[in-house]
Amino acid sequence: MQPAPGPQTGKILPFVPDETSWVARHVQDLPRSGIRDFFDLVQSMEGIVSLGIGEPGESTPWNIREQAIFALESGKTGYTSNLGLLRLRQAISRYMERLTGVCYDPEGEILVTVGVSEALDCALRAIINPGEQILYAEPSYVAYSPGVLLAHGVPVGIPTRFEDGFRLRAQAVAQRAKPGVKALLLNAPANPTGTMVDEEELEGIAAISAKNDWVVLADEIYAELTYEKRHRSIAGLPGMKERTVVLNGLSKAFAMTGFRLGWACGPTSLIAAMVKIHQYSMLCAPILSQEAGIEALEHGAAKVESMRRSYQRKRNYLWRSLTALGFPCHRPEGAFYLFPSIVPFGLSSQEFAFRLLREARVAVVPGSAFGPSGEGYLRCSFSPRMGDLEEAVGRMSRWMRANFRKGTSPATEN
Amino acid sequence: MSKEASFSTELLSLLEENPLRSSEILAKLLGREPSEVEQEVARLENEKVILAYKAIIDDEKAQRRTVKAVIEVKLVPERGGGFDRLAQRIARYSEVTSCFLMSGGYDLLVFLEGSTLQEVALFVSEKLATLRGVTSTATHFMLRTYKEQGILVGEAVATNRLPVSP
Repeated sequence: MQPAPGPQTGKILPFVPDETSWVARHVQDLPRSGIRDFFDLVQSMEGIVSLGIGEPGESTPWNIREQAIFALESGKTGYTSNLGLLRLRQAISRYMERLTGVCYDPEGEILVTVGVSEALDCALRAIINPGEQILYAEPSYVAYSPGVLLAHGVPVGIPTRFEDGFRLRAQAVAQRAKPGVKALLLNAPANPTGTMVDEEELEGIAAISAKNDWVVLADEIYAELTYEKRHRSIAGLPGMKERTVVLNGLSKAFAMTGFRLGWACGPTSLIAAMVKIHQYSMLCAPILSQEAGIEALEHGAAKVESMRRSYQRKRNYLWRSLTALGFPCHRPEGAFYLFPSIVPFGLSSQEFAFRLLREARVAVVPGSAFGPSGEGYLRCSFSPRMGDLEEAVGRMSRWMRANFRKGTSPATEN
Repeated sequence: MSKEASFSTELLSLLEENPLRSSEILAKLLGREPSEVEQEVARLENEKVILAYKAIIDDEKAQRRTVKAVIEVKLVPERGGGFDRLAQRIARYSEVTSCFLMSGGYDLLVFLEGSTLQEVALFVSEKLATLRGVTSTATHFMLRTYKEQGILVGEAVATNRLPVSP
């Protein structure tokens, strides 16, 4: 704050606050989320069919919701241990062993957090000294780069390409193996591309991480939602459990986004460091969500499998429909997003998404929201209900016919 | 499960969910060709794996004043035929909408539908109870439907998801 300019009277002058100076520079410099503007526009419109949702279209299975109600009725309304309820951590330990083959000690290797978002934030803040670099594949989840910046690190996106199926290659990682890199943030299956990491590439990436003494942060929130092959966690490779923090949670596979329940599993030293941050900032995850989480992990497997099969069928439907409309598109191996190219239509991803919204009343997310290498693509979620997908495909098909000849530039312009 | 068996199972579960989808859409969902879907549906229909396609209706909204009841029926099993012959005979009445052989305190659970309470009661006392082999019946009238064949009655379909989220 600067004193207001005025004559030198010797009196104390009133301050005219320069409000921007109150905001820390690194926060001022943080770009707005590319999704934000789009969200505001969509919110202001009626009758939109949305393929823009980043969460399951179905509500949480009833047995899990009912358990949360029962917990509330039973007066479970207090704090829990910073680490989370022991019974939940034990359930997480069993679940993670089934899912990844890696065994974590509920007494010191598991921290329950408010979603994977908080787990990632704690992990980044726990490991980054100012200026250290974090590598991640791009197009990436929208929070990676800002999360690193907020922790005073330097985000380094490794671009992946459509022609290569948006795969993260060990060779591309090796090219970034320079002093100053602290960790690799791995997201597989990935939001927004649905890509998994090939077995041999994963081994290569693990070897590079070990050789350079990096920490690996493995965001595996979509690990259950794979369609042709099972997810393989990097933490399960020899020598990797010791340097990997696996982040997972109940949001996607169990359709529990609003419960905000996630966890981090990793070596005791890193988990202990994350607990320090978590205990002073969040204290603990909400107890009702934790109680519901126990029910989900102990009795939710069949429902998860039935939702997975439903996503698989909807993926098939949307993929075939979009490719038939002329969008070059990979069939995703996991998560619930298609990432079709719009390069043949000669519009930027923002322009395409805005026109599709205004003229066809279908919401998708412009690929540029996921980093520079997302330009030229759209993220289309196949998690909405089948009726919505059919409606969206119908609207897109009519709009495409009216505006584009298959595989050419736009026929009309606004 | 073989590839064909799982195709069949997946197709059945999709038809159970919604039998009105076109074969083009079913084919897209299952990663098949429409002709393959049509063939398989025809086979399932011919072999009576698929018995029928029906709509599930909210009677209150449709203002249909049907009276529904469940009847617990006790039978004397027949030598050689067990309960089958008598159960099939009961099932053939058009008033009977469902009929199951049960374990426990009675033998058949019979679902009935009629236009008035009296009609249903008369059917039980004059037809069902008088059949040779039926030793007792207990009639329970249904007062209100909360869930019908897996579908919640009156539940709003709208989702409350944010239209765009990361």
